[in-house]
Amino acid sequence: MAMTTSRFGHLRPNTSARRKTLMGYLFISPFILGFLLWFVAPTLTSVWMVFQDWNIMSPPRFVALENFSTIFGDDLFWQSLKVTAIYTLLSVPVGTLLSFSVALLMNTKVRGINIFRTLYYLPVVVPAVAGSILWAWMLNTEFGFLNILLRAVGLPKVRWLVDPNLALLSLTIVSLWGIGSTMVIYLAGLQGVPDLYYEAAEIDGAGRWAKLRHITIPLMSPVILFNVITGVIASFQVFTAGYLITGGGPDNATLFYVLHIYRTGFKNFHMGQAAALSWVLFVIIVALVALIFRSIGGSIYYGGKES
Amino acid sequence: MTTAKEPSAMSIGGAPTPQTQRNAQSNAKFASNRRWWRLVIWLLLVLGALAMTAPFLWMVSSSLKDRMTVFMYPPQWLPDPPHFMNYVDVFVVKPFHIYIRNTLYIVIMNEIAILGAASFCAYGFARLEFPGKNFWFSIVLGTMMLPSVILLVPTFVLFSRLGWVDTYLPFIVPAFFGGGAFNIFLLTQFFRTLPQELADAARIDGCGEIAIYARIILPLAKPALATVAVFTFLNAWNDFVGPLLYLSTNEKYTVAMGLALFRGALLQTRWDLLMAAAVTMTVPVLILFFFAQHYFVEGVVMTGLKD
Repeated sequence: MAMTTSRFGHLRPNTSARRKTLMGYLFISPFILGFLLWFVAPTLTSVWMVFQDWNIMSPPRFVALENFSTIFGDDLFWQSLKVTAIYTLLSVPVGTLLSFSVALLMNTKVRGINIFRTLYYLPVVVPAVAGSILWAWMLNTEFGFLNILLRAVGLPKVRWLVDPNLALLSLTIVSLWGIGSTMVIYLAGLQGVPDLYYEAAEIDGAGRWAKLRHITIPLMSPVILFNVITGVIASFQVFTAGYLITGGGPDNATLFYVLHIYRTGFKNFHMGQAAALSWVLFVIIVALVALIFRSIGGSIYYGGKES
Repeated sequence: MTTAKEPSAMSIGGAPTPQTQRNAQSNAKFASNRRWWRLVIWLLLVLGALAMTAPFLWMVSSSLKDRMTVFMYPPQWLPDPPHFMNYVDVFVVKPFHIYIRNTLYIVIMNEIAILGAASFCAYGFARLEFPGKNFWFSIVLGTMMLPSVILLVPTFVLFSRLGWVDTYLPFIVPAFFGGGAFNIFLLTQFFRTLPQELADAARIDGCGEIAIYARIILPLAKPALATVAVFTFLNAWNDFVGPLLYLSTNEKYTVAMGLALFRGALLQTRWDLLMAAAVTMTVPVLILFFFAQHYFVEGVVMTGLKD
């Protein structure tokens, strides 16, 4: 820091400019320190850990790339990757479609829009632990609410969390309870689309569908892209639901990737492997975000966006 | 109830054009068509709202049943008599009053740390000019998007080296260093909108930057600070992964941790008590939400729409 200030002080040998620089760095110094301590330091630690066989208690042992061959040779790694990928492929598109649709419906100036918005957003603030336990009870095979509903209309019980083929789907349903968070963003975006555009389209004889396709969706595409990307990043980090509702089971059907990291590092104490798994996750997420940008980023409309 | 497009049509209005006259002729047909649409939309939204609220009702209803009626079919939505004793039993079986006290301690320390540090840094980014500012602000944005799970393992290693395991320091100390990228970003955006004149006047009167920050900017930024405060409460109250990794003594557990353990094998079948505990954890958040709804929505929309 001292170097930077003296360098710029030299460039502009004006004491008030130097004081300004000092002041600026004084104000942002908590962030810079935090960045170095809680970001750079763990990152470097992680790079070092990747090459160690280490259980935190006894001294680490350098093993070169052995941690990577171990994690890639583990069936649970591939299972957790599969589970997380399927969960993302289910929850992100369905969630996006649902929350965007709800926002569209609400944007028709319906009566009681504030009440609706509140009710749809409410689940978002529920603590993940409380929500997970609640849904474990909702999806209980014998006495859960969903099966009581099915029974009331004469349908057989569904083994939501017990059947390995259904458990992941059940957790996807649970995730849809939280669509309110993106719905609020879409709604705010939709309310910012000028009525003028729709009126102009109506004069040209555009119907509901045409207006949606040629005005609403293009104008909203940056917001949709943002939400899809944050949605993918979040769904690759899902932990609590898998840990508390299903415990990764049945038969590892809900072994999310982060749950696998948790077990590797904090249950089996393979810290080096856990660090390696974290780096693999990082690469996967970055690659996915890049892929999404490349495949749909080109069709995003930025021109008419109001800010 | 007027139809959706009428007010907006008037807003561009002026003299009647041939277009509005033609509209008037077909209005009768459109009106009945529109009324149908609005009814369908309204019904869909009501249906969705029911799906969103049903889990809450089920949670509260289950929490007021005794250990037998909770398994009854058909279920009693209004338990008769309501078993309020569950809410007392919860505190007998597990020391939730201690968990609540512990969690509130973390919440309060986080509020102090984050409101102070994030606003301090944001002042630097929003109101001062100095070389390197844009570079550091891009790092703020970068760390905001980064998946936090990736640093979980190395951060744990660092904190355990510092002897912070089974203390509250991992939840409190990092917050003093910048208060989180998202909060800095949110406050920076807000500070930028505040008028420059007041600060300039204060500068002429000989006020230093720290005085301007504390006496002029902070009082004007109350709405944005409230948004940050609300999210800070929510994150600290709801956090589960942190306590799961770092806390190991029962007397130090947070509410989230206590509730998660409550779901252990012993109480697997006491859904009445589990639901009472889940309600106990959720109610403070819901109360906060009803009073501060505006700030929630503001914060969420801020992340999704501004770029």
